[in-house]
Parts: sequence; C-alpha cells; structure tokens
Amino acid sequence: MENPILHALFGRLTFDAFPIHEPILVATFIVVALGGAATLGAITYYRLWGYLWSEWFTSVDHKRIGVMYLALGFIMLLRGFADALMMRLQQALAFNGSQGYLPAHHFDQVFTAHGVIMIFFVAMPFVTGLMNFVVPLQIGARDVSFPFLNNFSFWMTAAGAVTVMLSLFVGEFARTGWLAFPPLSESAYSPDVGVDYYIWGLQVAGLGTLLSGVNLVATIVKMRAPGMTMMRMPIFTWTALCTNILIVAAFPVLTAVLAMLSLDRYLGTDFFTNDFGGNPMMYVNLIWIWGHPEVYILILPLFGVFSEVTATFSGKRLFGYTSMVYATVVITILSYLVWLHHFFTMGSGASVNSFFGITTMVISIPTGAKMFNWLFTMYHGRIRFELPMMWTIAFMLTFVIGGMTGVLLAVPPADFVLHNSLFLVAHFHNVIISGVVFGSFAGIAYWFPKAFGFKLDPFWGKLSFWFWVVGFYFAFMPLYVLGLMGVTRRMRVFDDPSLQIWFVIAAVGAGMIAIGIACSLIQIVVSIRNREALADLTGDPWDARTLEWSTSSPPPSYNFAFTPIVYDTDAWQDMKERGYVRPISGFKPIHLPKNTGVGVILGVLSVIFAFAMVWWIWWLAALSFASMLATAIAHTFNYHRNFHLAADVVARTEGERTRLLLQRS
Amino acid sequence: MTLAETRPAEAAQTPVFYDLDEHDHPEGGSTLLGFWIYLMSDCLIFAMLFAAYGVLGHNYAAGPAPRDLFELPLVAVNTSMLLLSSITYGFAMIAMQGRRVRLTQFWLAVTALFGASFVGIELHEFGGMIGEGATPQRSAFLSSFFALVGTHGLHVTAGLIWLATLFVQVGKYGLIEANKRRIMCLSMFWHFLDVIWIGVFTFVYLLGALR
Repeated sequence: MENPILHALFGRLTFDAFPIHEPILVATFIVVALGGAATLGAITYYRLWGYLWSEWFTSVDHKRIGVMYLALGFIMLLRGFADALMMRLQQALAFNGSQGYLPAHHFDQVFTAHGVIMIFFVAMPFVTGLMNFVVPLQIGARDVSFPFLNNFSFWMTAAGAVTVMLSLFVGEFARTGWLAFPPLSESAYSPDVGVDYYIWGLQVAGLGTLLSGVNLVATIVKMRAPGMTMMRMPIFTWTALCTNILIVAAFPVLTAVLAMLSLDRYLGTDFFTNDFGGNPMMYVNLIWIWGHPEVYILILPLFGVFSEVTATFSGKRLFGYTSMVYATVVITILSYLVWLHHFFTMGSGASVNSFFGITTMVISIPTGAKMFNWLFTMYHGRIRFELPMMWTIAFMLTFVIGGMTGVLLAVPPADFVLHNSLFLVAHFHNVIISGVVFGSFAGIAYWFPKAFGFKLDPFWGKLSFWFWVVGFYFAFMPLYVLGLMGVTRRMRVFDDPSLQIWFVIAAVGAGMIAIGIACSLIQIVVSIRNREALADLTGDPWDARTLEWSTSSPPPSYNFAFTPIVYDTDAWQDMKERGYVRPISGFKPIHLPKNTGVGVILGVLSVIFAFAMVWWIWWLAALSFASMLATAIAHTFNYHRNFHLAADVVARTEGERTRLLLQRS
Repeated sequence: MTLAETRPAEAAQTPVFYDLDEHDHPEGGSTLLGFWIYLMSDCLIFAMLFAAYGVLGHNYAAGPAPRDLFELPLVAVNTSMLLLSSITYGFAMIAMQGRRVRLTQFWLAVTALFGASFVGIELHEFGGMIGEGATPQRSAFLSSFFALVGTHGLHVTAGLIWLATLFVQVGKYGLIEANKRRIMCLSMFWHFLDVIWIGVFTFVYLLGALR
C-alpha cells in the first residue's frame, strides 16, 4: 500500500477501489459486462466496426452527430432510471426499523448519480441532439458552421459520460447531491474520489457543451437560407438560438466554479472552506448562476418542439409567432435574474428574497403566454392525435401543475417551509419530466422518420406514452403530499410508519414508468422490423410546415441539392401552397467537410486524463494532456478538410428521390 | 383557405424557391464570429474569477494583505510587456495585410518574446510571494488572487503555444486565407487578454495597493 513505486505508478488507485465486496455493484457489473460483451460481439459478428467508424464515429455530418447524441442520451437514461428505481425501492422498504437494502454509503451515491446523469447525460444530449439534427435542416443549411468542432463536442460529452460511468466500478461516485455543495464536497469531508469523478466528468462534458453552443449560435446567425430573416426563422430554431446563447453565457460559470472547487481539493486553496476566509455560500451562488439558466437551456428547445408539433398536427400556422419569439427572449434574459430562489433560506434578507421571488414569478408570464399560444393554435385546428401530439398534450396538462407549484415555491415564506422537501423534488420532476422528457419523446417521434426514413410504430409508442404519463402521476403526486407534510429529500430510512403508503405508491409509479421505457425500447425494435410498412417515401410524412420536410427522409449528406429560398415563417408550407417545382436537373458539385477521427482520439485521451486526475496518477495525466495538445496542434496542420461531392453523385441521389416521388403519386 | 386570400400580391408572381446558381461559400465565413462568441464565454470565466476575488479579496485570515505583497514597479514593467506585445501584434497584422510573410513572422516572434517575458516576470513574482509564505493555501484572498492572475497567465501561455504553431504554419504555407484567419483569431485572443489584464492591474494591483 505504501510502496512508493506503486504509488508513483498508480497514484491512489489500489485494489480496494474495486467494489468486489458489494454484491449489488458486482451484480451490476456482471450485467453490464455481459451486455457490453454481447453488444461488442454482435458488432464484431456482423462486421459493423468499419461501418460504425467511417459512417458514424468519425462523421462530421450534423445529422449523424445528432443521432449519436440521442443514442447516448437513451443509454444514459437507462442508467439514470435504474438509480431512480433503486431509490424508490429503498424508500418504500425502509420503514418500521428496516434499513432497506441500500447502505448509506451507496444510497448517497445513487441519488447524486441519478441527478448528475439525468441532467448532464440524458437531458443535455437529448436537447443537443435534437438541435444538432434539426437546426441546419430547418434553416436550409448543408451543415453547421464548424463540422469538426461538432464531432469533437459530441465525443467530449461522451467522454464525460464514460468518466462518470467508470466511477460505478472503479472507486465511487460523489455522495454530495448533484451540485456537490461545499463544505461537504471539500476534501475534509469527502476525501475519496467521488467528488473528483464528478468534477472531471462535468468539466470534460461541459467543454463539449460549450463548444457545441458556440457552433450552433454561429450556425444560426450565419448560415440561414436566403430570405430567412430572424423573424422568419422556425420557432424551434429561435428557441435553439436562445438556448445556445444561454449555454455560451452559463457554462463558463460552471467551468470556473468547478475549477475553484478542484483547486480547493487538489492544491488546498481556501475558496469554499470553513476556515482561512473561505466562503461556501459563494459556491452555492455561483453554481446556481449557472444552474438556473441551465433549467432553461433544457426546457426552451422543447418549447420549440411543442410549438412545431402543435402547428403541424393542428394543420395551422402557429398562433402568435411574434409573441412566442419575444416570450422566448424574455425567458432567456430573466433566467439570469432568479438564481437566488434556490436558496432563499441562505438568509440574505427580506429585500433580496423579495426581488428574486418577484423575478421568479414574472417568468411565469412569458411561459403562460406560450401555453396560451399553443392552446390557440389548437383552437379550430384539425388536430391529428399522432404520438408527438399526444406527448404535447400530456406536457400541457402536466407542466401547468408543475408551473403552479413553482410559483408557490417562489414565495419566500412558503419556500422556508418547503425548502429541500419532497415538495421541491416533486415540483422539479413535474416540470422536467413533463417538459424535457415528454418534449424529447415528442421530438424524437416527430423527427424519427426524417432521420431514418420510417415512422415509429404507433402501438408500442402509445403504450409507452400511457405508462409514462400515468406512471408519472403515481410517482410524483405522492411526493407533493409527503413534502407538504415536511418530509425532506435524500432520506434513506423513515421512522413514521404512516408515510410508507405514499412511498409505496410512488414506487408503483416508478415501476409503471419502467414499463413505459421498456415499451419504447420494444417500439424501436418493432419499428425497425416493420420499416417497410412504416416507410416514409415523401420526406414529409406529417404534412409539416418547415424546411426540414422539403428534403428526402433520411436527407442526403448535403441536405439540399439546391439551397431553398425563403419567403415565409413556414417556408415549406408556403412552397407547397404556392406550387413549388422541385428542380430535377442542373445539379452542381457540392462542397462538404471530410470525416475525421481526431474527435474520437481527443475524447479517448480526455477520459484517460480525467481518470488519471481522479486517481492522482500524475505521470499519466501529464502524458495524456500533452498528447491531447499534440493531437490538437497536429490537426491544425491539416488544411484539406473539405471535398467536392461530384455533380453526378448528386444527380443520381436526386434522381432516386424523383423516382420515389413519382412512384407514390 | 386559398392562396389568393392569403397573399394576393405575391401569388400573381411565380416565386423562385431554389437557388439554382449557387456558388461555393468561402470557407471560414463564420470563424471570426464563432471565435468572438468563444472569447465572450472565456470572458465569463474571468468574470467569475473577478467575482470570487471581489468576495474573498478581503479575507486575509490574519495573513499578508495586498499592501504587504504587491510590488507595483514590477507589475508596471510586467504590464508594459503585455501592452508592448499587443502593439507588436498589431504590426504583425499590418505586415500580414501587406502580404509580407517574413515580416509577419518577425513581428509574431517579437510578440512571443514580450509575451514570454510577461509570463516569466509573473512567475518570478509568484515565486517571491510563495517564498515569503504567501501561498495560495494561506488565505482565501491569496487563493482568489492566484486563481485570477494565474488563469490569465495560463491564457497567455496558451497564446504563446498558439503563436509558435502559427509561426511554423505561416513559414510553411505562407499567408494563405486559412492562416490569415488564424492570425486574426489569435489577434482577438491576444488583445482580449490585454483587456483582462487592464482589469487585473486596476482592480487587483492598484486598488490593492491602496488598501
């Protein structure tokens, strides 16, 4: 243990780091290992490695990258939801003197990992994936502004996810809650590697998020099709623009505050310590200055999805487009003025608390305006209850409840009672699940045919929908009740037996959501099997209104053979109404970016770097950092990053589409 | 609803819905904007470090205060190094616009020299402070001081690596469009660091010496 050579080689990594004496983790490891081996074996058996590498991993095509983000989000959803089930089960069992089945050490990691994974590695990849896939298509562009940076951003996000997953089997994860407040997260109280996994996982993923934010802002500002003025941008693009501005203006704050925490932990500085003049509440302030905009980073793009879905499936132009844009912009600005409502109990005084309470309540005005806009869009519309529309309606009904409990929490005196209670937990799950999760599912169901050329199977989708929605109410309404009765969050065991029934109901709800998730997995398999019957040959399966539906499903690598010219907000609807004629000749070569493996290499190196930093393996950290730098510099010596797709290839692809369109008519 | 009802004026015309004669867009059209946005995000990192210094800058924990530590003459020399490097970078830009490869390289090298002496003097200053026992671990004031000034120094170091890379690339490939774009990005980065330093110099050193 104290061998200096071993210490130099492996830092603080020893055999004790492998949790071989914790049966739950060993079982998890065996399942993951078997599942992983089966997946890798299948990929090898079907000789898919070359295909995956050249068509996906190294792809700089925004559509492929978007799909990879969504796949990452879905995989991590399974992990994050497994954590949720474990917590629900523990809390339903741990009554009448029973300790449940999770030791405290493990339970604390589970609730931290659940929050971190669900926000950073499920919700963020879903949102980023949808924006990546949809935005360039909606604005009539052939790719994003910086295609390589896009690929690199994805791999950094994936590297962050891998780093967090590593903590499951090597060492442990943070036991601090998802924002790792000091002084608990300082080395004095969390000397193990948990918080370090947290820090490096988020730093690596955060860099990817920031760069993808820069990329999408530049794309939306610079690469819109001719005629698409700002006020003719589709509403999803607008929300994506605001979201990415928020990302650029919020994630550096997270980077800085986590960097300060890591200085405290690695160098022994005194930013957030109890002694030597440190100030833990500064951490809480700074991280919420990132954290509250983050809430809107997650929800705004889904507001965009709901707007597109409502307009399409009501067969009407979106009601109040201009007010929708302004509401989005106002929310973007206000999101920076409310952070203190997360800790009214800090005791900053009545004036400060009133200010932040009022700004918080003010946000409900533009949000309410949006809700009315969706309702008025549906009013007198011919509503088609396809899957995306069902998710949207479930969102509208559920989100309003969450919004109202949010306004309740915004009242500082009420918050002093409800702070850190299960009422709060119920509130934010209410808005995040109905807004972000239902929204992502609506978006995925809506754009799935665009991405793959066939619709998702509606039967299994509807089954998944009902289990999710009903399960949600069963899982979280009891938490409101418990919170009002004063039960605080993150409790492992309970004394009062009268509370148990509510936790049992919540656990049943979580079980129903589990069935919902299973149904959506089955839905994907069934849809792939029935892809002939579900195929979309037109490229416009929903009779939709925006430009992404004007090209084929799936779109060719260049998206549009000819750049569309825009005259209206609903550009594609306008083209259909005014009898556009699709050009079938005169194709020209198209300038496109080349694939590159540099993003994958940098991602792998950053996992190694993060791992080495977590375990204090300094030589490996230095080596991997130097390799990253060298790889990045070497990449800048590559000046030939583009190629021309020959005109006859374009002509062949478009000819095939012409044939399909004729065949259908 | 028919077409004529919605837009009578435009329906009469036959609109062109596709750009049939499109030419390749020049590469890097968004690069300067994208880099500018990145700089603004970087600026926020500094904003946070300034905020931390603002909150913690008085928490000496019975340790040394700014007045005991800062040597303004040394900081003045240091500041002039950085400001001079910005001027010489400006000369590099002028040389670049005149398409003079060797001259551009020369000014880039001079800039790097000034930048390197800035980092050297800063390290010397840090070394002196640490030698006196004013380490980052001593008090929250010193933690936030070293974090703010050190992050700026790290940025200058990154700029130096970038300068060296560009020096080689300009020598190897000349002043092609891609290299010109890179020189302009680095120019923004370099001047940005100057602006940050003005803030550091004013709020940390000058106001610190008054306390």
